[in-house]
Amino acid sequence: MAPDQSPLVVATGRGLYCPPGDFYIDPWQPVQTAIITHAHGDHLRHGSARYILARPGADIARHRLGGDKGTSSVDYGVRFSVGRTSVSLHPAGHILGSAQVRIEHEGRVWVVSGDYKRQPDPTCAPFEPLACETFISEATFALPVYRWPPTPQVVGEIHRWWMSNRERGIASVLFCYSLGKAQRVLAEMLAFTEEPIYVHGAVGSLTDVYRRLGVKMPPTLSATTERKVDYRGALIMAPPSAAGTTWMRRFGDHSTGFCSGWMRVRGDRRRRGYDRGFVISDHADWPALIDTCLATGAKRILLTHGYSDALTRYLRERGLEASALETAFGAEE
Amino acid sequence: MRAFSQLYEELDTTTATNLKVAAMSRYFRNAAPADAAWAVYILSGRRLKRFIGPALLRKWLIEESGFADWLVEESTSTVGDLAETIALLMENDESVVASAPDIPLSTWIAERLLPLRDEPVERQHDEVMSWWRTLPYRECFLVNKLLTGSLRVGVSELLVTRALAEVMEVPRSEIARRLMGDWIPGESYWSALQASDGTVNADPSTPYPFYLASPVDAAADIAVLGDRDKWQVEFKWDGIRGQLIRRQGQCYIWSRGEDLVTERFPEIAAAAAWLPDGVVLDGELVAWRNGVVQPFNELQQRIGRKKVTPAILEKIPVHFLAYDLLEQGYEDLRTLSMRERRARLEALLANAPAGLGLSPVLTVESWEELAVIRSEARSRSVEGLMLKALDSPYGTGRQRGAWWKWKIEPYSFDAVMLYAQPGHGRRSNLYTDYTFGVWRGDEIVPVAKAYAGLSNKEIEQLDKWIRSHTKEKFGPVRSVEPTQVFELGYEGIAASTRHKSGIALRFPRILRWRTDKPASEADTLGALQAVLETHSAAGDAVDADAS
Repeated sequence: MAPDQSPLVVATGRGLYCPPGDFYIDPWQPVQTAIITHAHGDHLRHGSARYILARPGADIARHRLGGDKGTSSVDYGVRFSVGRTSVSLHPAGHILGSAQVRIEHEGRVWVVSGDYKRQPDPTCAPFEPLACETFISEATFALPVYRWPPTPQVVGEIHRWWMSNRERGIASVLFCYSLGKAQRVLAEMLAFTEEPIYVHGAVGSLTDVYRRLGVKMPPTLSATTERKVDYRGALIMAPPSAAGTTWMRRFGDHSTGFCSGWMRVRGDRRRRGYDRGFVISDHADWPALIDTCLATGAKRILLTHGYSDALTRYLRERGLEASALETAFGAEE
Repeated sequence: MRAFSQLYEELDTTTATNLKVAAMSRYFRNAAPADAAWAVYILSGRRLKRFIGPALLRKWLIEESGFADWLVEESTSTVGDLAETIALLMENDESVVASAPDIPLSTWIAERLLPLRDEPVERQHDEVMSWWRTLPYRECFLVNKLLTGSLRVGVSELLVTRALAEVMEVPRSEIARRLMGDWIPGESYWSALQASDGTVNADPSTPYPFYLASPVDAAADIAVLGDRDKWQVEFKWDGIRGQLIRRQGQCYIWSRGEDLVTERFPEIAAAAAWLPDGVVLDGELVAWRNGVVQPFNELQQRIGRKKVTPAILEKIPVHFLAYDLLEQGYEDLRTLSMRERRARLEALLANAPAGLGLSPVLTVESWEELAVIRSEARSRSVEGLMLKALDSPYGTGRQRGAWWKWKIEPYSFDAVMLYAQPGHGRRSNLYTDYTFGVWRGDEIVPVAKAYAGLSNKEIEQLDKWIRSHTKEKFGPVRSVEPTQVFELGYEGIAASTRHKSGIALRFPRILRWRTDKPASEADTLGALQAVLETHSAAGDAVDADAS
C-alpha cells in the first residue's frame, strides 16, 4: 500500500487511534494523549495523562473528572499540532462543547464526528459539515424509522403532560441524560414557562456548569434535599438510573416520562415501562446521517456504534465506500 | 378519527385503570353516536376481518417509501409491527398533516374501509396510498392496524363497561348484557345502549353475561362459607358452559366464549324447541351416554367440528344440564334469588325431553360429607363441586361471594399462551415449546413452560395459529397475541426467587386447549399463590430444576 493511503485513524483495543499524530480519540482505556469529542461517560474515561477538548467541553470534563487532570482546551476551528498532524475541533451539535475532530496529515483530511445531531439546540453550537477524504460517523439511530419531530413540539408535549399531571395533583418525573439532554430540555422549556423545575443532584450540578457557561434555563431547585417538599404538581428531572430507587419515594403519586430517541418506537416505549416517552435525541436521525455523510464529500465513510451495518449497506448501494468500525461506545440515550 | 387516536394514545400510555376509565368516559361523552358505537366495538375486543394482507402492504411500502426491501425488512423487525413501521416511514410533515381533514371514526370504517373489500387491487392501492400520504402518524398507525385486522386496545371489557355505565348512568350489569351477542355499530346501537327501558337488543339471540364462580377450598374456608344450609351444592360439570335461548320460536346456544354454537349441537337445539317461548337457561353441555356424563375429551371431539355428521351425533351424544333460569316469559329473572330461580327451573323442566335435563342438587347435610363426595369427583367425571348462595341473585362476570367452585386435585389452572419456540429434532420446524402466563392485575406474567400434552393434530393447528398471530420475534422465540387459553396441570408448587412470578411449578403440562375460554378468564397469580400457601405447609417440595 502506498504511504499516502495509510489510514489516519484506526480502531485499536484502546480506542480510535491516529498513528501519525500518536493520539487517541475518546479512548476506553488510559492513554498518553486523548482528544475527547465530548464529556459523556462512554467517551470520557478516567486515567489518561492528557485530555484535549473544545473550550466549553473542557469545563464539563474537569467537572466530571473531578479536577484539572491534565485537561487542556482549544477554541473551535483553531488548528494545533499533535505529533505529525494538524488537528482542529469543530462543533458537533451533540451537547455543549461537543466536537468533531478534524485531522490533517500531508494534505489528507479525516474527520471523526463523535456523537452529533443536526437539529437546533439552544445549549450548543450547531454542527458544521467539514470537507474530508474519510468521515468517521456515528450510526446510533441509523434506520429510517428514526426521524425526529421538531424539538419545540416535543417539549410542548412535555409541558402539556406536566400541566395535566398538575391538574390531577401529582408530580411529573422526567428521566433524561443528566448531561446535555436535561439542560437542552430545560432551555427549550423557557418557551413555555419560567417556573422553577426540580432536579436530581446529578442533573443539578451539571446544570450549574451550563449556567456558568452562559446557557439560559429556567430556575432549578434541588430535589436531593432532606427538607420536606410538597412535590404535587411539580416537574422533576432525573437521570434514568434514579428510576426505581428509594429516592423516588419522596414524590408520592407521580407520572414518569423518558426523553430519548428510542422512544420513537412504541415497543420500546412500552418495554421500558415509563408512562410517557418523548422523542428527543442528541444524535442524528436517519435523514441527518445521510445528509451529513453526503455533505462532507468524503470518498470513504466509516461507521461506529448503533445500526452501522444498515447504514453501511445503504451508503454502499448509493455508490459510496462505507464500512463499519468496531468501537465500545454505548447506545444508551 | 383524531379524538379516537387521542383516546388510543391515552389508553396506551397508562396502566392505571382509573385513568383508562376516565379517558374512555371523556371520549364517550364527546363523541358522535356512530363514532362512539364503533369505539365500543373496537375497545370491547371485537375485530374487523383484515382488509389487506401484510405481504401486499409491505410491497406497497417498499414502492412508496423508495427504500430497498432489506431496509424495510430491517426496520420492520426493529419496530416489531408492520402497521407502526408504515406509520413511521410514511410520517408526514406538520404542514401536510395540518391540512388533512379530520374524518370521523365511523366514516373511516363504514365509508372508507368496508367498501375497500370489493374494490379491485389497483383501486385499493390508490386509496391506501392517498391515506399514507396525508395522515398524521397516530391515525396512519390506527388505519394500518384496522387494515391488517390487528387493532387491539389495552383495556378489558370490564373497564369499557365501567366507563359506559358511568357515562350513561345505566347499571354495569345492564351495560354488560347490552354488549353481548352480535350487534352492528351505529347510531341506533348507541342509543339502544343507553336506553332506560330494558327493550334494547331486539335481536332475540342476545344472551346474558355469564355469572362466573370463584375458586374456593371449602374445607379450609368453612368460616367464609358459614352454614351448609345457605348453599345449593351441585357437581361442577366437566363440559362447556352454555346459555340456551328460546325466543320468538327460535333456539340459540351460546358458549361462554361468546360464540354462537347452535349448529354444533343440533340435538340440544331440537330438544329446546320443547321449551316455551321467552326462556333462557344457563347450564353445561356435556357428553352423555346412558344417563351418565362422559369425560371432557369425548366432548372435545365435537367442539372442533363445524359440520356435525350423523355418525358423530351417534358416537358422542350431548346433553344440556340446566342449572339456572335467567329468563321466563321474556322476563329477566336475574334479580330473583337462587332459591326462587331453582324452584322455577325445576318446575319448568319437570317433563323435559331427552337432551335436556337438570343439574341435580346434592342433598347431603354436612361439609364433611361433601368433602368426601368431592374427593370422588374424578370417578364421576366431574371437576368438583359448585356452591351457590341460595339467597343470591344471578351476578355478572366474576363477582366473588355468591358462586364458588370447589375443584378437585390434582392442581390445574387456566393460563394464557405468551411465547412459543420451536422444538428440537423432528419438531424443529414446529412451535412446540410454550410459555404460559396468568393475570397479575392488568398484566399477564409468565408462570410455566410446557411442552407435552397436546395431540399432534393440535400441535399443527397451534403452530399455524402461532405463525399468524406473532407479535414479536426474539431470535427463535415468538411472542404471540395473548388470547389462547390452556388448562395446565402440575404436580407441585413452590416459592421461587428465580421466577418473575415468584412461583415454580413441578412438571407443568397441558391438559387441554380451552378454545371455549377467552383470555380474561384465565387464572390469576393470586389463585396460584393461594394454592402455594395452602400446600407449602404440607411439605410439597419442588425440585429446583424441575421447572
